[in-house]
Amino acid sequence: MSRTDPKPPPNTRTSPAAGAIQFDRVSLAFDEKEVLTEVSFEVPPGHLMVILGASGAGKSTILRLILGLLKPDGGRIIVNGHEVGGMTERELMTVRADVGMVFQEGALFDSLTVRENVGYRLYEETKLPLEEVDRRVEEVLGYVGLAEYVERMPSELSGGQRRRVAIARALAAKPGTILYDEPTTGLDPITATAIDDEIVKLRDLESVTSIVVTHQLRDAFYIAGHEARRVGEGYEVHQASSALAPRTTFLMLRDAKVAFQGRLDELRRVGDPYLESFVGDTIDLLCGNARTA
Amino acid sequence: MLALSAMLKRAASEVQEYLLLLGQVVAGLVRGPRYWRDVVEQLDVIGVGSLVVVLLTGVFTGMVLALQSGMTLDQFGARSVVGRLVSASMVRELGPVLTALMVTGRVGSGIAAELGSMVVTDQIAALRSLGTDPIRKLVVPRVIAGTVMLPVLTIIADAVGILGGAIISQFQLKVAFSVYWNNVVAGLFFQDIWMGLIKPLVLGFVIVSFACHVGLKTTGGTQGVGRATTNAVVGASVAVLALDFLLTKAIITFLY
Repeated sequence: MSRTDPKPPPNTRTSPAAGAIQFDRVSLAFDEKEVLTEVSFEVPPGHLMVILGASGAGKSTILRLILGLLKPDGGRIIVNGHEVGGMTERELMTVRADVGMVFQEGALFDSLTVRENVGYRLYEETKLPLEEVDRRVEEVLGYVGLAEYVERMPSELSGGQRRRVAIARALAAKPGTILYDEPTTGLDPITATAIDDEIVKLRDLESVTSIVVTHQLRDAFYIAGHEARRVGEGYEVHQASSALAPRTTFLMLRDAKVAFQGRLDELRRVGDPYLESFVGDTIDLLCGNARTA
Repeated sequence: MLALSAMLKRAASEVQEYLLLLGQVVAGLVRGPRYWRDVVEQLDVIGVGSLVVVLLTGVFTGMVLALQSGMTLDQFGARSVVGRLVSASMVRELGPVLTALMVTGRVGSGIAAELGSMVVTDQIAALRSLGTDPIRKLVVPRVIAGTVMLPVLTIIADAVGILGGAIISQFQLKVAFSVYWNNVVAGLFFQDIWMGLIKPLVLGFVIVSFACHVGLKTTGGTQGVGRATTNAVVGASVAVLALDFLLTKAIITFLY
């Protein structure tokens, strides 16, 4: 299966070396409930990590910790060389400048148009000339296939369009890292695949460091089993030519702890009853062509 | 006993969080970035948007005040001094308090609902992730607008209230307009003007900052937004009445 798009992707990187996330024995509890217990992992620059787990397993909490929206009770969180755990809100603005986030349901600003939503950071927090910001907004909206929706309000968009505008908003400031919180939940399979393709493109063509939180196994395995490459002026997303798409690892959370960390082929071989019950035959069904011998 | 202790703890924590927000607002006023476009927008939303309701409140309050006090003054044969009563009551008490209560109902509920919705739909988290401090972007402009516009709205309410009183005096009580107006002026002192301005200044700050605090603390989805809106209106209304008493007492002590 492959898809092509004539539009060239915009430059989404500030510097090729930027973007690495490291969790070192991070713990967090809300009142008596432990949400994360000594969670450790690392996402190297340009790599993608898919975080799986049941609802309430602490997946989204990890993204909020990376952005400094929550503070850990213990452990260290390093984002692009900055330890964010002890940073003040003001200091965190520097870290957030290089991290884009796609929230569940998009979290678009209701009172702003698509243009204002996508260019929000550039309009409000930088001194870039308006023409340049407008050009950048149109560029990223074209990238996600919504160039003609620039003057619409979020309420006039479908769920999938809102999610793609949210991706465009995360891309607009050319961050080195993008965090996706359930980017395909509640979407039909065709729209979900279009969003998966965006994620694959950013990983493979722009080397954006990414974390995808999801409990949609279909999308998780699609991202791991596909790769994007440039074809002339455009690009193509297709089944990974090697056993698995490069630079993609999985992290599975269970009872606030890391239950598994590794590549898709390792996930298939691990043989843990909980993992078996969670992923079941889905891997085989969805990744039949991506199996290792 | 345990329930009482838990309730006190919750109240103390609420006060602590509100004071923390006030500290952040002050820091936001002193240090940038400042969002002047949002300030202008909020001046329009809070000030111009509340004008009709404040005009209606002011004029009907002045009219009913003239009617009621006219009846009482008649018992002493002092109907002609109705202007003195209307002006003093409007400027010192009813203008500031009723305007504050109207703004609480209209603006306080709106702010709590808007910010509450933004919290439950992750828009506040999105703002922070995009490098914007929600206190500076959302709270500071609203607090500036509320603090500036409530005194302006109060002056307007006072003016139309006195005018409403004049209409009743002229056509119902048959007190000549010149007599009424002379009494209006004679009944007012500089201290009254100060009282009429200090009160809305403080009340405007409290209403808006409290509504922002309640809105930003919203939890529990759309049901939580409804609860936050109710809490903001009830809490700010009680705060208006309690603060009115305290401010009146303090101003009488220091100015009169």
